[in-house]
Parts: sequence; structure tokens; C-alpha cells
Amino acid sequence: MLSIKNLHASVEDKEILKGINLEVKAGEVHAIMGPNGSGKSTLSAVIAGNENYEVTAGEVFLDGEDLSDLAPEERAHKGVFLSFQYPVEIPGVSVTNFMRTAINETRKANGKEEMPANEMLKLIREKSELLEIDRKFLSRSLNEGFSGGEKKRNEIFQMAMLEPKLAILDETDSGLDIDALRIVANGVNKLKSDKNAVIVITHYQRLLDYIVPDFVHVLYNGRIVKSGGKELAYELEEKGYDWIKQEQEA
Amino acid sequence: MNLKKKATTGSNKNKKHRKIVSCQLKTRLRTDNRQPTTHMELKDKLIASFMAFEEQVDVNADLHDVRTLAIKNFEEKGFPTKKEEAWKYTSLNTILKNDFSVFPKHENAIEFADVKKYFLHEIDTYKVVFIDGVFSSFLSSTTHDGIDVCLMSSALNKPKYKMVIDTYFNKIASKDESLTSLNTAFASEGAYINIPKSKVTDKPIEIMYFSTGSEAALLVQPRNLIIVGENSHVQIIERHQSLNENAVLTNSVTEIFAQKRTIVDFYKIQNDNHFASLIDNTYVSQQQESHVHVNTFSFGGNLTRNNLNFYHFGERIESHLNGITIIGEKQHVDHYTLVHHAKPNCESFQDYKGIFSDNATGVFNGKIYVEKEAQKTNAFQKSNNILLSDKATINAKPQLEIFADDVKCSHGCTIGQLDETAMFYMQSRGIPKKEAKALLMYAFSNAVIESIRIPELKQRITKIIANKLGVKIGFDL
Repeated sequence: MLSIKNLHASVEDKEILKGINLEVKAGEVHAIMGPNGSGKSTLSAVIAGNENYEVTAGEVFLDGEDLSDLAPEERAHKGVFLSFQYPVEIPGVSVTNFMRTAINETRKANGKEEMPANEMLKLIREKSELLEIDRKFLSRSLNEGFSGGEKKRNEIFQMAMLEPKLAILDETDSGLDIDALRIVANGVNKLKSDKNAVIVITHYQRLLDYIVPDFVHVLYNGRIVKSGGKELAYELEEKGYDWIKQEQEA
Repeated sequence: MNLKKKATTGSNKNKKHRKIVSCQLKTRLRTDNRQPTTHMELKDKLIASFMAFEEQVDVNADLHDVRTLAIKNFEEKGFPTKKEEAWKYTSLNTILKNDFSVFPKHENAIEFADVKKYFLHEIDTYKVVFIDGVFSSFLSSTTHDGIDVCLMSSALNKPKYKMVIDTYFNKIASKDESLTSLNTAFASEGAYINIPKSKVTDKPIEIMYFSTGSEAALLVQPRNLIIVGENSHVQIIERHQSLNENAVLTNSVTEIFAQKRTIVDFYKIQNDNHFASLIDNTYVSQQQESHVHVNTFSFGGNLTRNNLNFYHFGERIESHLNGITIIGEKQHVDHYTLVHHAKPNCESFQDYKGIFSDNATGVFNGKIYVEKEAQKTNAFQKSNNILLSDKATINAKPQLEIFADDVKCSHGCTIGQLDETAMFYMQSRGIPKKEAKALLMYAFSNAVIESIRIPELKQRITKIIANKLGVKIGFDL
């Protein structure tokens, strides 16, 4: 489904990604771990099409299609979803209104009619129950005054609404207490199918107890330096990242 | 926040002594090399027409005196120029070069179907409609049933209104300001609204000024008088609309008298074409415990200047001044506000949002004056602006003059661009750039839109904004 080949990206002339190769197939869950500053968030931003990063070499393919020249919204229309590490507050736009616009624009781009209001409301109700979101919450301004946990839950709620092919969860576990973590992970697991894929970006192994990965990759200094099964995550949890650094520098 | 704050002026709390605060934020000054011209031609023409005008209308002796003083003041001061502090950022030069007809020669008619869209046609309203400055009984829907919604010309001329006119006419309007004086000198037509005590008006009142373009260039000077009796509520919508590409300059004066415990909602819709300019002079007199809201929506026109003045004559008054300005091309909108706090325990709130693209220029000059007697005043002022192009300009200048020592006054101006992170966030959810931008701008002005208390008008304004931003998205579910 997702195929990343020799991806190099920089921001303000500083090279952050130095040749990433990654293959993700439908039905798989991949975890990308690594110390701070290794390029995890850059990778997710580049896949989602953030124009602040310049891709200097390499390609990203989704189902065989090169995403390089596509705007963020076009990537979204094709099924890419990024759950933000720091969701943006947008005062004056309600969660419901935001979702309605996002869904209808996506449908429009895919040649479909707008979703009728009653259907939309039904979908919103269904998905908000899945994420245990209070309905009052949906009429509030997007992320404005939300707690850290509410923001992350709202990200996964949006994911549930948009039903992406490829979901990238960027540090979704940061700032979550154990209950919120369980709700979020439960949401993600219920949305998993053999037709979609999830990339979990995280610093800690904690989230991976709930969203169990098929593959774990270690990102260090802009490259994937180690890949393995879920046991790699436990190894990292136990030993920290220092041994990776030492291995690389040796 | 959607806005990256580029600059914020501080706030002033609990002033102990007289202090004048005046600060300016400029991102780019317009370079204007044009030499100031003297507007002798139009000025002379106006002064010369004054006598002829007075012969045309029936005038009583008192009115004659008011007019004579007014024309004298205009003759002395003339049209304002950029040399005056109050007009530093707004030049009338180009507009005044037009050879304006001062009195329309024809009586013009309009079919309702052609102008229906400018009315709030979804609901029933009282209507006072003028075409090229002349009352149109055909398009209007006036009343004398319990309340007076009718014509200024009748009020000025009929003996039964004499007492009211003597008490209110030109009583709160400035006798010093030249454009107001010019209007006073020629005041003959406009809306006259008199709501007696304890009446909640059953439907909104629309005051509509159309110009048809039958003259190559037309100067119209509407004069509105609005008196709201104790405990009464009224909602008024005012709009000036040109239907043609000939030049129009409107120099309008509105006097509003809000008696004790009244609630007045006044909405000004300024969405005219590029050939129409408007100088709106509005004066509000407020008695004890009255609440007056003036909302100004400036989306169109060539040049628009809003002189909005509030005067307090009692305690526990609330004044609300809200504005949304969304302009582009070479449009210019200047908000010049004054709230004069004269009594204790009163509050005023000013909230102006501006979005400027292309070469558009905006001005916000907000003055808060707090007299020594006006203790426990709360006065707030906000001017938030977004510049969408490098060539757009906003000049924001708060002025606080405070003579009382136990007050809370604050002002804040922000100038910024749309937040890129927010844009990326929305795009990553599938919302295209243009729509994301529109949604952000709508959100930016949302606080002011929320203050509209006529649902149909709120919908209308939302629609105008969506059109203005070139998107077809509903903003609410």
C-alpha cells in the first residue's frame, strides 16, 4: 500500500531524512520508534504533504501512485490521514462543522454527492460513541480549550469519520493518561481491517501494548537503522536508545 | 489562536491619573504623493445651492437657524483633508473631483423584483426606502400604528412633529464637524423612527437607500432620526446600495436617542459596488441602563468612512460597537469611533475584525474618553486584522483619554497572517486550501457574527461572507 523509496527531506537546508525505505502492506501495523530528533515527526509530515519540508530525493507511493506532486488535501482525498502530535486549535469552527466540511470535500474530490445531513449526524453519533466522546463536545470550537487527552481522542474520532486507507498516528500516546490511552487504542483497533494500514509513531513502548504492531522500525539520524517484530519494542523499552546510538557510531 | 501576533499594544488598567495613550501600528504606509487639492468647486457649488435649496423646502424659523449655522460651519471648514489628524489615513480628494449633482433631476422608479435581494425578504419588516434620495412609497412599508416609522420630510414639516423635532433634531449630532454640518444644512429626507414607551417592535425596520445612476455623479445626504422611548426594544437594518456604475457619494447622518432601559440593535450593511462611496456619521445618545449595539459589516464600496459616536447620559449603560470588514482590490474602509463615558458604572465594548487582501486599506481609530465623574467605567477595545497580501494595509490607532481614577480600560490590536499550521491541519483532513482559508477567516470573524440577533440576517451575512471569500460552504450545521 505505502512504499517509501530512498526518501530525503530537509527543512531550511538542514537535512533531516537521509534515505528512508519502508514498505507497508494493507492490514499491517507498523511502529516507528526512535530517540528525540531522529526525524519521526518529519517523516509523518512529509507523507502527509506538509510544504514546509522539502523533499530533495526519493518518492512516496500510495497504491502505486506517486504522491510527490500532490497537495495535502489531495493526499487526504486518496486516503492518507495524519493524527497530529499537537492538534491545532481553531476557534470559531465547531468539531461537527469541521468534520462535515472535511467529509464533503473528500466526497466531492472522489466524485460523490455530499453526505445528507441526517446520515452525517448518524455517523457522528456512532463514531463519537466509539471514542466515548460527549456530544456537547462536538459543538465546541475545534480543539479550543480541549485537554491533551481530549485533543488526541478528537484526532482518532476524525480518523474514524474519514476512514482512511493509511493512518499515521504521530505520538498519539503523549499526554494521555491510562484511561484515555485505552479508549484511543480501542478506537484504532476497531477501525483496523485488512484493507487499511496504520503507522504508529512513538517514543515509548507503552502504546504498543494496546496497538500491537506487526513490525517495529527504529529511526535514528534520518535513517531506519533497525527493523524487527514487536519484541524489538520491548528491547528498546528495556535498554533505551543508547545501544542503538552506540551501534551506529561504532 | 489563528493569528500569529505580530504586534500587540498593551492594556491599561486602573488609571490613577490623566493619561493619554495613543499608539499606532503600521505595517506599511501608503505613499501618497498626490498634492492636496482644494475642493473649491464642489464646496462652492454646495454653498451656492444652499439658498436655492432652502427656498425649495418648507422651513420653519428654527430649522432655518440650524441650517444657516451648519452651512456656515461647512463654509469655514470645508471638506476634511489628510492634514487633519482625524483624516490622516483617508483622502477624499479623488472622490470629490466628480461633478456631483446635488439634487437629483429625475424621479426614478425601481421594480421590487430587481432589488428584492437587498432586502431581508425572508421575513416581514417595516421598510423605509429611498431612490436617489427620494422616498419611494411603492417599495416602502411604513407605519403610524403605535409606532412611527416614516419620513424625515414629514417630521420636519408637519406641525404635529414640531415638538419632537425641536427636542431631538440635530441635538446629538456634531455642530463642529464639517461633513455632519454639510448634511445638516441640506437635511430634508431620511427615515424618521419614533418608538413610544414600553414597546417591543414586532418586526425589524429596514432603511434602504438605492441609487439608480440616472445622474453621472450623485451626492446624496440622508438624514435619519431614531428615538426609542423608555423600556422599548427595536432592531434596525440600514443599507446603501448603488444599482449602476455611476459615481455616488453618500454623506449620511443618523441620530439615535436611546431612552432609559431601551435595547437598540442597529445593523449597517455596507456591500456596495466599486463606484459608491459612503461617509456615515452616526451619533448615539444613551440614557440610564440603555443597551445599544451597532454592528457594521463593511464588505464593499469604493471608500467607506464610519464615524460612530456614543455619548452617555446616565449610569449602567452598555454600548457595543462591532465590525467586520472584508475588502480587497483598492477598497478603503475607515472606522472612526468614539465612546464618551460621562457617568459612573457604564460599559463599552468595541470588537472590530478586518480581513484585507490585494491593495485594500483599512483604518481603525478608536477613541475612549472617560470623564472624571465616570468612575467604575469598563471600556474595552479590540481591533484584530489579517493581511492577506503584501500590499494590503491597516492603520490601527487606539486613543484612550482617561480622567477618572477607578476604571478598567484596555485596548488591543493584532495584525497577522493566516496561521500556516492551521492551514496544513485542515488540508490534511481533505479541506482544500481555498476552503480552509475561508473557514479560518469565517472563524476569525465569528465572534461578531454571533452577535447578530436576527437569525435571517445572520444567515445573510454568512452568505455574503462566503461569496466574498469565493467558497460554497455552509458554516454551520
